[in-house]
Amino acid sequence: MSTHASYYVPEQSRWPILASIALFLLAFGAGTLINGITHETGGGLGLLMVLAGALLMGGILVGWFGNVIHESRAGLYSAQMDRSFRWGMSWFIFSEVMFFAAFFGALFYVRTLAVPWLGGEGDKGVSQMLWPDFTAQWPLMNPPDTEQFAGPKALVDPWHIPLLNTVLLVTSSFTITLAHHALLKDQRQRVVRWMGVTIFLGITFIGFQAYEYVEAYTKLGLTLNAGVYGATFFILTGFHGLHVTLGTVMLIIILGRILKGHFSSQQHFGFEAVAWYWHFVDVVWIGLFLFVYVI
Amino acid sequence: MSTLDTATDDIGHDHHGPASGIGRWLFTTNHKDIGSLYLWFSLLMFLTGGVMALMIRAELFQPGLQLVEPGFFNQMTTMHGLIMVFGAVMPAFVGLANWMIPMMIGAPDMALPRMNNWSFWILPFAFAILISTLLMEGGAPNFGWTFYAPLSTTYAPPSVTYFIFAIHIMGMSSIMGAINIIATILNMRAPGMTMMKLPMFVWSWLITAFLLIAVMPVLAGVVTMMLMDIHFGTSFFNAAGGGDPVLFQHVFWFFGHPEVYIMILPAFGIISHIIPTFSRKRLFGYASMVYAMASIAILSFLVWAHHMFTVGLPLVGELFFMFATMLIAVPTGVKVFNWVTTMFRGSLTFETPMLFAIAFVVLFTIGGFSGLMLAIAPVDFQYHDTYFVVAHFHYVLVPGAIFAIMAGVYYWLPKWTGHQLNERMGRLHFWLSFIGVNITFFPMHFIGLAGMPRRIPDYALQFADFNMVASIGAFIFGFSQLLFVWNVIQTVRHGEKAQARAWEGAEGLEWEVASPAPYHTFATPPRVD
Repeated sequence: MSTHASYYVPEQSRWPILASIALFLLAFGAGTLINGITHETGGGLGLLMVLAGALLMGGILVGWFGNVIHESRAGLYSAQMDRSFRWGMSWFIFSEVMFFAAFFGALFYVRTLAVPWLGGEGDKGVSQMLWPDFTAQWPLMNPPDTEQFAGPKALVDPWHIPLLNTVLLVTSSFTITLAHHALLKDQRQRVVRWMGVTIFLGITFIGFQAYEYVEAYTKLGLTLNAGVYGATFFILTGFHGLHVTLGTVMLIIILGRILKGHFSSQQHFGFEAVAWYWHFVDVVWIGLFLFVYVI
Repeated sequence: MSTLDTATDDIGHDHHGPASGIGRWLFTTNHKDIGSLYLWFSLLMFLTGGVMALMIRAELFQPGLQLVEPGFFNQMTTMHGLIMVFGAVMPAFVGLANWMIPMMIGAPDMALPRMNNWSFWILPFAFAILISTLLMEGGAPNFGWTFYAPLSTTYAPPSVTYFIFAIHIMGMSSIMGAINIIATILNMRAPGMTMMKLPMFVWSWLITAFLLIAVMPVLAGVVTMMLMDIHFGTSFFNAAGGGDPVLFQHVFWFFGHPEVYIMILPAFGIISHIIPTFSRKRLFGYASMVYAMASIAILSFLVWAHHMFTVGLPLVGELFFMFATMLIAVPTGVKVFNWVTTMFRGSLTFETPMLFAIAFVVLFTIGGFSGLMLAIAPVDFQYHDTYFVVAHFHYVLVPGAIFAIMAGVYYWLPKWTGHQLNERMGRLHFWLSFIGVNITFFPMHFIGLAGMPRRIPDYALQFADFNMVASIGAFIFGFSQLLFVWNVIQTVRHGEKAQARAWEGAEGLEWEVASPAPYHTFATPPRVD
């Protein structure tokens, strides 16, 4: 606990209330749009709200973060402020961990308890009475009611694209660390080079993942509608993919800031925050690769 | 209530006042402004949810269907629960945290003031979305505040989609608020304020914030799975696709059980300030209070399935969750023992905050004991989904959480407004609330044990008398809250000038600054010894 004297308390800000309006537009619009599609009542107004909200939110993010960057470069932030940001980012990542934990928990519950029970195993095996012909297996290729949920014809082979993606993402965790080491030594060129490599790896990962989804839908019959294996597969890999996308966008912004000459070897928390996030996304992928694809 | 200490020096106060007009509230980064916004919003939601409760009790005044359609009745029970949990109790505690934590630890503001503003302002939008569902085709959510699948998926009204997005926004608000509180407590303490010197309210919020960050994302996860099941053809909660409706309950209660401690731990913190003040003694067993709260928090992750005893759990699960639940009585007992021991041989006075605090200890304990009864798995087979459960959780939430919030508001109101509250009206409010709450909820134990199910608009004749009594109590309790509103507004506007140490026995940094607290406090941190 040092340098208390100069904790920076910002003046009034219009960003939060604008961001609240944007979030409202996004949420209400998304609800209207999705309901409109499902119930075939049209969701035109919803789409309009979502677009307006997204546009507004994009502008706000630029403005709000721009404010923070400006204040930081003006030297308003003390070491204590820096620690607030560090605590904030750490706990945010913890909340993300718990978000994925909910889906991993669902996966484990379904494969070790719910599906075997439906197949007549154990204490709760009476639920087999619902579908007497059902046999439990994991991955679940034949859901109990195949009329409603036609199971997948085949699964993604873990030793092709997923393995490649594992290599890409693990490598990118190393390359961003190399960039960080270079930044600590104030070697600009090397920072830019390793950041570029990291971003390239991230984008390649997303590309492969998109390709895998297309294959799953068109060739394997592995869809959201393919029973609970498809459900857990897509919710886990889908949210992970969204996080990689967000992480890549953040990496690109950080690269832009590096090129503009932001960050010094002493002060570069923006860089570190994104690096932490990138490592987190990487660790989640290891879990996914093991529990969704391999085992 | 005269204070012995007349020190009104405002430590480290710079002369920056608030902005004028509506902009002050929309754009503010000040923890006191944001605290007030949270508290006013919570009061508004408390009254809204209260009106819904009174509609429920009016319908249940007599057997038969009199006032509302059964479908609308279900919407009322659902919205009442959601609004009270997410709109009244939680924002009230966050408001108190905003006001008090920086002053208690000698910090100039919250750690991340702009995010603090955002955490608040998304809430009114979230509730605008939630409440607007009442006007939508098919009506508002009608599946209970626990929104069990498949009621909330296959059989839900279309408005469930808006409900899901509203829950997402509320969750974001809670997570950001909790991150801010943790960062503030861990990073902004005045020099010399070590962890084991933290005021008990600050400790209670540190633990609560941890719980929030751990479980609000799980709530986000479960509503996301609902959204996928409803609109995108997945089968998480549908056995036909290999999923399981019981999975919903597991994920929901993994959030839901820590959630109920989120709604009571800050109350423990408030009570641990008020009882020592009006007993003119130090809190008995400071360290054991901290360890007790930490134990309750850890145990809260291991007991969720006690809400699901009748759903068909394996025997070993029933036993584990039964015994783990009973363990919670140990740290809770430590806390009750410490409060009582703090009062033992103190020089007690019974001002309004103290009356609410003592009622809290007694009535919360009653709620705790009925909780122990419900924890016994074989017995729960009889109690499950009856009014006994309703009686139990209303005892811990109304004379528990709500009484503690009111005690806290009365206790700190002189600090916020610079005026002493109207003590006579405060006591009248207390006695009417105390009597009203017991008339409302105590009979529910009996009709619950006799088998009256919850969430029904009509009931068998043998439950008529107690239902009528409960409804009368509810109206007494409900309308007496207007006294509270009136008292708060009057105290804000005028009243006897409060001193810095507004209560004689009050201890802590917040009582060292003037009343009303200057707009900015502790711009330079005080030294704590």
